[in-house]
Amino acid sequence: MMNHLPVIIPVALLFFAFITFLCGLWRRSLLFPLSLTGISVSLAAAVLGLVRVLQYGPLHYFLGGWAPPLGIEYVLDNLSAFMSVLVLLVAFLSMIYSRQSFLKEVPDKINALYPLLLLMLAGMAGIIVTGDLFNVYVFLEIASLTAYAVMGIGNDKAPVAVIRYIILGTVGACFYLLGVGFLYFVTGSLNMADVASLLPGLYGSRLVIAAAVFIVIGAGLKMALFPFHIWLPDVYTYAPSGVITFVAPLMTKVGAYILIRMVVTVFLPEYLNNTLPIMSIISWLAAAGIIVGSVMAIAQKDLRRMLAYSSVAQISYIALGIGLANPLGLIGALLHVLNHAFMKGCLFQVSGGIRYCTGLWQIPQFRGLGRRMPWTMAAFTVAAISMVGIPPAAGFFSKWYLVLGSVQADNWIFVAVIVLSSLLNAVYFFRVLEKVYLGEPGENPAVTAAVDPPGSMVMPMITLAAGIIILGVINAVIVTNILQPIASSLS
Amino acid sequence: MLHHLLDQYPYYLSTILLALGLWGMFAKHNLMKKLIGMNIFQVSIILLFISSAAKFGGTVPTFDPTIGAADPALYANPLPHVLMLTAIVVMVATTGVALAFLLIIYRRYHTLDEQEILRRMREP
Repeated sequence: MMNHLPVIIPVALLFFAFITFLCGLWRRSLLFPLSLTGISVSLAAAVLGLVRVLQYGPLHYFLGGWAPPLGIEYVLDNLSAFMSVLVLLVAFLSMIYSRQSFLKEVPDKINALYPLLLLMLAGMAGIIVTGDLFNVYVFLEIASLTAYAVMGIGNDKAPVAVIRYIILGTVGACFYLLGVGFLYFVTGSLNMADVASLLPGLYGSRLVIAAAVFIVIGAGLKMALFPFHIWLPDVYTYAPSGVITFVAPLMTKVGAYILIRMVVTVFLPEYLNNTLPIMSIISWLAAAGIIVGSVMAIAQKDLRRMLAYSSVAQISYIALGIGLANPLGLIGALLHVLNHAFMKGCLFQVSGGIRYCTGLWQIPQFRGLGRRMPWTMAAFTVAAISMVGIPPAAGFFSKWYLVLGSVQADNWIFVAVIVLSSLLNAVYFFRVLEKVYLGEPGENPAVTAAVDPPGSMVMPMITLAAGIIILGVINAVIVTNILQPIASSLS
Repeated sequence: MLHHLLDQYPYYLSTILLALGLWGMFAKHNLMKKLIGMNIFQVSIILLFISSAAKFGGTVPTFDPTIGAADPALYANPLPHVLMLTAIVVMVATTGVALAFLLIIYRRYHTLDEQEILRRMREP
């Protein structure tokens, strides 16, 4: 039974996507409980898997009993167990949160929404647990296609934003496929571990260089690394606010996961570091993305668009940590994947909550909301403090590791960039907090009549906000037990 | 030189198609033309994989008792074909989703010109 854990994680979601769709045709009230059950089953398998992996080492599952490298292998190691728990936990909270939001914003579309969301999560879970390069492509496209569909269910502008995302996303996936193709031409294998063992003798080949470049660009497009981020702000702004609480914290992280997986498992870091300047190009692009994203976020009046640009900056932190390619940088990146999923999940839930109760999303109109919506705004404050990087909130610790990694790489410019961007974060978050708490409520009836959203929406926000503080307090436990073994493969 | 070209022309061909597709996606203003560019781009990758599987003198990759299984060079490589069957399915689905979005966009804006649509989106 335990050996089946890696495959249960995506398959339970696929199975429930199907069941949910069929039962949803019969009774719409079944959609939500069935979706939540599906996520719970996967989450339970992922948590069990994480505990098991930490005790006994990686779990391998051979699909159809065919041993790798001939067959497809699903692997649950430290990295994939950590990521699957993270993705499913945030998805679980977002699923509880988004129920009311869907009923208010897109009530006639929920028949399609729930199965599609489950399919999207199945794609993400598949990317995380698979140990096969081509399988990653297939799951990546499952996740992307369903993401396009759910994000297109928005207002009139959403389809236009999404069609640009489709084009760039397809280029990203195709570049990844091309890179995998080159790796296959050189090694004759698609299994990650097998490719990794075959590659050291082949590093002279120009095909391997091409493969590395294509895979990195493909993953960069999927994770919205600067300057490939142009699709992101529009998509995040116009998608339904319930959907965006799934996509914003998770989708770009999965792109980052592919990059981390390639760096940790497939290519040797010395190769990516010394033979090619790819990793330093990633880190410089990331440094540019941090500054550009933060500055653009300051310029926005729309809360959702501000959060979208802030996502660009935060994703760049993760890319910066990966690009540093030393253990401390990678720990920072992985910790930031975790922290940012919690922070952005919380922030987008708050933004959706404000929209649910008041219909507002322009920051200048938020005057005095702090007194009307105390719980929502408390969650927002905690997440904002964490984004700025004030301890004991979790955001401080991932930035701390990134700074340590930059120092270890002797790159003081990155240290300056991280510190500067914290100041910029402070500018755009405290601007909102000032309006919310210190601004006098005007005559605006939307504000004066506002109350906290229903409990099923407030609870996930508060849970995430509490999670941010807890993650900050116990970050040493996570780093020593889970992340250190992953990062040690780089040293 | 000529021999080299004859040996590898599928690779050059798919590179040209790849560039053509990318150009279509980023230089054209009409969303439908962008989509066509995307399809050309995808097809070029399929061609690249398939041409890598071909072998001179190789035959259909099913076991043939008269040839035997001793020499794999006598069979074409089946794996890229199988991979590309999956990739084709993925690409058909992508095109389908994109076409559905184009339909929605056309119904709302009555045009597929990207500049025009973006201009109208900025209007309140």
